[in-house]
Amino acid sequence: MPLRDSPAIVMGHGGGGAMSAELVTHLFLPALAGQSPDALADSAVLDLGGQRIAFSTDSFVVKPLFFPGGDIGTLAVTGTVNDLAMSGATPCYLSAGFILEEGTDLGRIAAIAERLGAAARHAGVRVVTGDTKVVQAGHGDEVYINTAGIGLVPDGVDIRPGRAAPGDKIIVSGPIGLHGVAVMSVRDGLEFGAEIESDCAPLNDLVAAMLAVTPGLHVLRDPTRGGLGTSLNEIAAAARVGIEVTEQAVPVPEVVANACAFLGLDPMYVANEGKLVAFVAREDADAVLAAMRAHPLGAEAAVIGECVTSHPGMVVAKTALGGTRVIDLPIGEQLPRIC
Amino acid sequence: MKYLTEFSDPALAKRLLDDIHQAATRPWAIMEVCGGQTHSIIRHGLDQLLPAGIELIHGPGCPVCVTPLETIDKAHQIAARPDVIFCSFGDMLRVPGSDTDLFQVKSAGGDVRVVYSPMDALTIAQRNPSRPVVFFGIGFETTAPPNAMTVYQAKKLGIDNFSLLVSHVRVPPAIDAIMSSPTCRVQAFLAAGHVCTVMGTGEYPALAARHRVPIVVTGFEPLDILEGIRRTVRQLEAGRHEVENAYPRAVRNEGNPAALAMLRDVFEVVDRPWRGIGTIPGSGWRLSDEYREYDAEHRFAVADLRVSESDACRSGEVLQGLIKPHQCEAFGQQCTPRSPLGATMVSSEGACAAYYLYRRLEVPAQAPRAQVTSVG
Repeated sequence: MPLRDSPAIVMGHGGGGAMSAELVTHLFLPALAGQSPDALADSAVLDLGGQRIAFSTDSFVVKPLFFPGGDIGTLAVTGTVNDLAMSGATPCYLSAGFILEEGTDLGRIAAIAERLGAAARHAGVRVVTGDTKVVQAGHGDEVYINTAGIGLVPDGVDIRPGRAAPGDKIIVSGPIGLHGVAVMSVRDGLEFGAEIESDCAPLNDLVAAMLAVTPGLHVLRDPTRGGLGTSLNEIAAAARVGIEVTEQAVPVPEVVANACAFLGLDPMYVANEGKLVAFVAREDADAVLAAMRAHPLGAEAAVIGECVTSHPGMVVAKTALGGTRVIDLPIGEQLPRIC
Repeated sequence: MKYLTEFSDPALAKRLLDDIHQAATRPWAIMEVCGGQTHSIIRHGLDQLLPAGIELIHGPGCPVCVTPLETIDKAHQIAARPDVIFCSFGDMLRVPGSDTDLFQVKSAGGDVRVVYSPMDALTIAQRNPSRPVVFFGIGFETTAPPNAMTVYQAKKLGIDNFSLLVSHVRVPPAIDAIMSSPTCRVQAFLAAGHVCTVMGTGEYPALAARHRVPIVVTGFEPLDILEGIRRTVRQLEAGRHEVENAYPRAVRNEGNPAALAMLRDVFEVVDRPWRGIGTIPGSGWRLSDEYREYDAEHRFAVADLRVSESDACRSGEVLQGLIKPHQCEAFGQQCTPRSPLGATMVSSEGACAAYYLYRRLEVPAQAPRAQVTSVG
């Protein structure tokens, strides 16, 4: 019997793939009236008294709390800062809500708060409001964090998935798969023989450098849960364009490729926390790429593909050997609690 | 580990492909046994690069796909018991049984845990001595040695709350069954490389002679597969039907003696039903008498199983290589990885999943229904 509709939440709903999208589209959106067409975008761009404001929220349940290259506090800042930056906004202010489990060591919470504060200063944003709640032991998992953020969208900037157009060049800011593999490497029993660090980083400064070249960027997306493959699929579907990717052009660090081969995972679906993918009009691509490569967070930026008119909504890759394959939306999750 | 790049090298691949194109003067039908090989072929587009007359028929080497529905239903029943900790590899979690899957069992409160090794399940058993811990041990010969080792250790250390739900199958009897079918079109086999790492090549010469088919032990990287195909085509063109090892870096003729000794001790050969195919004599393993107490089927009386297969699912025909996935009417329609009718669509090694994941672009959604008869 086909299992299309499960009556309860399953882990796949948290994977950032097709099941997550279905949950939002079929359960949440109908209940929340007056949605903008880009409700599945990273952040909402709203008109507030004549000013365009980007508004975004993200919750953080990553396990373990501290991992190579990052921690839940740092992630809580960079995640929301990046969502705002993906609308082209200059992130300004964040809220931070904490759900703390009874019995959690205060020193751990203090360390997380320190890192959160440091990350905010580093990103140039201020945490201006927050909340804490405590739940009984066994009803949380040490700490969950929610951050929401607002930022100002400059004039002339209209960055959203629906703007991808045939002819656009697709640029990724650097090597993919590091965050997911870094988190995996410190979960039980998985050692890859090399220290792998999460790429967790705020991207607002990189985006500013790209906007300085042209405010007319079409799409920006940070491929977190579900990875680059998911982001490309979502954008292809939103804009009704086809995407063609050259597999060999996608930068994958050797250590990520090895870890993924070992575990049977595809780097295209592994989470990133300090990378973006940009859809840029063909005539702007060279200049944008140069600006990215001049920035520390874009030093290994690469053109990985382009938008086409054929197979709208589908992402197709040319393999290194000259064959073709579809890069589909993953269904559930490759790994739970990655961010 | 440079195998990933060295064994996908496009320049070397081209040389192997040129050799194959030059050598092939007639159409040939070659079956790759292992689902991992199927996925590698489809994912890298290797079948698109071969001469038009060389057809790759996808074999039943997907252990998840051939696990009987009844066994999967038993797993779900055991996992749903409130006291049990049910451990499994991740790829079993979405496989549908008659009316649920392990994800849903977990969501309903079952303690279902993904592990990367059966020994992790044994560790969990040691840490939870008052609770029964079950590991879902399915697979071909490749995964049998670690499962055997785990049961051996459980017995040695007296970890009596541990048990194994076993569904192991063996490749050589399956090859025999496929070749014995009157509708079989297979003229040669790429044998499953990692199965042979464990078992060696000793069971294949008799099969090659009896059915007059070349059997070439083949690996999984693109160059491994192309080399396996190259050697197979050369044999077919020359009218030879021998066993060759095209995966010497991982396979020795004698296999892995330590693993073989462990298997002989812990398992015994039985007849086993293959989902979609039927019972193949001598094709399975179960725990031997000495270890029977660690058999989860023995420990948990799982009664009243009403098994219901989907009528529309043709995975049996896919598994026997009688049809390609897109020749099933349900393919891409009511059967997708999101809502699979059978295991071939949801398993990471299933042929239907491979076609759906990587080939939806070229493969027509509606193709004429192929009329075939099957083995079982």
